[in-house]
Amino acid sequence: MKYGSIKKDDLNTWITHLKKKAKLYAPKKKENQFVFRPVKDINDISLKYIPTILPPKKYYFPQKEKLFKFGVNPFKTSKAISEFEEFILFGVHTCDIAGIQCMDVVFRESPEDPNYLNRKDKMIIIGIECLEYCDKYANCTSMGTHVPRGGYDLMMVDLGDNFILHVNSEKGEKLVSGLGYIKEADEKEMSQLERVREAKKKVFKEEFISSLQKVHEAFGNNFASGVWKDVGRRCVACGNCTAVCPTCYCFDVMDDMELSLASGTRYRVWNSCQMDDFAKVAGGEDFRKGRDSRQRHRYYRKFKYPVDKFNRYFCVGCGRCTRTCMADINLVETVNSILSAKDIE
Amino acid sequence: MKTSPYKPMKGRIIEAEMLTDKEKFFRIELEGKINLAHDPGQFVMVSIFGYGEAPISVCSSPTDKGYFDLTVRNVGVFTDKLHKLNKGDMVGIRGPFGKGFPVDNMFGYDLVVVGGGIGIVPLRSLIRYIMHNRNDFGNVQILLGCKTPKEMLFKEEAKEWMKRAEIKFNCTVDKADPEWKGNVGLITTLIPGVDINPSKTYAVVVGPPIMYKFVIVKLLEKNIPDHQIVVSLERRMRCGLGKCGHCQIEGVYVCQSGPVFNYNQLRDFKGECHEKAI
Ligand SMILES: Cc1cc2nc3c(=O)[nH]c(=O)nc-3n(C[C@H](O)[C@H](O)[C@H](O)COP(=O)(O)OP(=O)(O)OC[C@H]3O[C@@H](n4cnc5c(N)ncnc54)[C@H](O)[C@@H]3O)c2cc1C
Ligand code: SF4
Ligand code: SF4
Ligand code: FES
Repeated sequence: MKYGSIKKDDLNTWITHLKKKAKLYAPKKKENQFVFRPVKDINDISLKYIPTILPPKKYYFPQKEKLFKFGVNPFKTSKAISEFEEFILFGVHTCDIAGIQCMDVVFRESPEDPNYLNRKDKMIIIGIECLEYCDKYANCTSMGTHVPRGGYDLMMVDLGDNFILHVNSEKGEKLVSGLGYIKEADEKEMSQLERVREAKKKVFKEEFISSLQKVHEAFGNNFASGVWKDVGRRCVACGNCTAVCPTCYCFDVMDDMELSLASGTRYRVWNSCQMDDFAKVAGGEDFRKGRDSRQRHRYYRKFKYPVDKFNRYFCVGCGRCTRTCMADINLVETVNSILSAKDIE
Repeated sequence: MKTSPYKPMKGRIIEAEMLTDKEKFFRIELEGKINLAHDPGQFVMVSIFGYGEAPISVCSSPTDKGYFDLTVRNVGVFTDKLHKLNKGDMVGIRGPFGKGFPVDNMFGYDLVVVGGGIGIVPLRSLIRYIMHNRNDFGNVQILLGCKTPKEMLFKEEAKEWMKRAEIKFNCTVDKADPEWKGNVGLITTLIPGVDINPSKTYAVVVGPPIMYKFVIVKLLEKNIPDHQIVVSLERRMRCGLGKCGHCQIEGVYVCQSGPVFNYNQLRDFKGECHEKAI
């Protein structure tokens, strides 16, 4: 099956089926915001939601992740590779899927990171395409992540009475085949999908004042721009922007000792380039001292360095950093300022 | 099943000795006496369980078989704990990591080795390599700078180095003591005196950030080509694998693409790199 179709009335039956197949995580309302949570009651699932507070990152790159256990005396280390159970991320927006694709690129690059890859192997992604803007903070259109571009097992698109399901992998195929209520999509549905995508073009407009190609160029020419000074002056270095970003993956490594002091566990924990000791070394030297240079570094890690290295932007336009920023630093505004700045170098 | 690059090997300390008030030397044997198989200039991540990990340069040559050496300055929580370890104690070792000195490219060239302070530690891996392959290299001049004579590392060994053919050794201190007979002044004062054929010379510089700035200018004045000026940089490091982000200079992970760079590469960095000469 390449495209399946499921009636909205059958959706709950299907989700119940999925829940039996593997651990299921989905978006759920929490006060005025949304979060990914393990699904207990399938009626709690929100399929119309603005980006969750945290991206589903916590499931494939946990905030605190065990690397291995160690013994001090006798000196030993435990098996370092954990095995995981299959799990399904249900109802993931295309921007967050693009975020997972960014992580893939990083953790697959040699030397591979088996901690991430083992989880990723067990992960099944069922996406849902947004047909309206989440809110004013997103910049998914400029990033080209408002439409599906692979990286998922199944993609759901709302056609009114039913969902069309794009089957994009073997894992996805397994979740739709042999079920009476999921049929191969017919021609009528396929042309409906085309119409939905056409209509979408009128809703989603580029948020940046120039094309992505120009963004990359402008960053190449504006390392010394006054824009960084301005952004740095406002930033309070709380690190929220990096914690909520689906493409931020920096971490620290730390040991937790057990009370006996004879053994413990080594973890990696999320860390942020916005913290002031992030690049400090023993001689007292700090290679990214000011908040301006740290903010610049964050933006360059989205719009310049990974483009040079992986041919891929590491911003997926989810808008979380702007939504969460205590200092009202707005990503679209910052990028547009760089785009309209006079070339310096 | 994949092996984890985060899991250290077992290393036993087989020698430990204080070299100065602040620096301690360790000789380490890996389980099964396997060779670390590093290149001069590479580093390892040393673990003390419960205290974490730190990047430390290997200061022996790959031609020293069956063990490898580290020299550690006590500057903080981890290094202080490391200083408390002695012969027989165990540490975790990951690595070797990074790109070392380009010894293959240096084949047949004259060398000017410039070390400032603890910078001599990674340079010792190169110097020992040269000693063990002496015929592969031309003239070798070693310039060392330290604050005071009592901070000088590997004093006895340096005497051995000097006995070898075509090795000139020059040392300077910022502040002399009564016994000091050598040069007094910054390391840059030694460079005008070196006699070189620039196109046939590699200069290798390791020291504190401030030193690079001035030393590189002097080396450029000597007409050594950019790509024959080699430096090793220090950055904060947590993984050694190009993932954790701490060691990044612009788009480059020092733990993977460095710590050794040539001036050609260094010159292209726009900021975040205090070693910039111009
Ligand atoms: C490639 C490389 C090779 C090195 N080789 C040697 C060597 O041969 N001998 C040697 O003595 N030292 C070497 N260092 C420096 C050594 O890694 C640091 O001195 C050590 O990590 C400090 O740890 P600490 O816990 O004792 O200090 P801390 O208690 O953590 O802090 C002391 C200071 O060190 C800084 N710091 C913390 N972690 C690091 C880190 N991972 N890297 C740098 N600075 C840090 C802190 O910001 C603080 O300013 C090397 C560093 C690099 C990057
Ligand atoms: S930089 Fe901001 S908008 Fe871009 S992916 Fe990260 S959190 Fe989302
Ligand atoms: S969320 Fe805003 S204030 Fe906080 S570190 Fe990021 S840019 Fe600075
Ligand atoms: S030490 Fe982690 S990226 Fe270099």
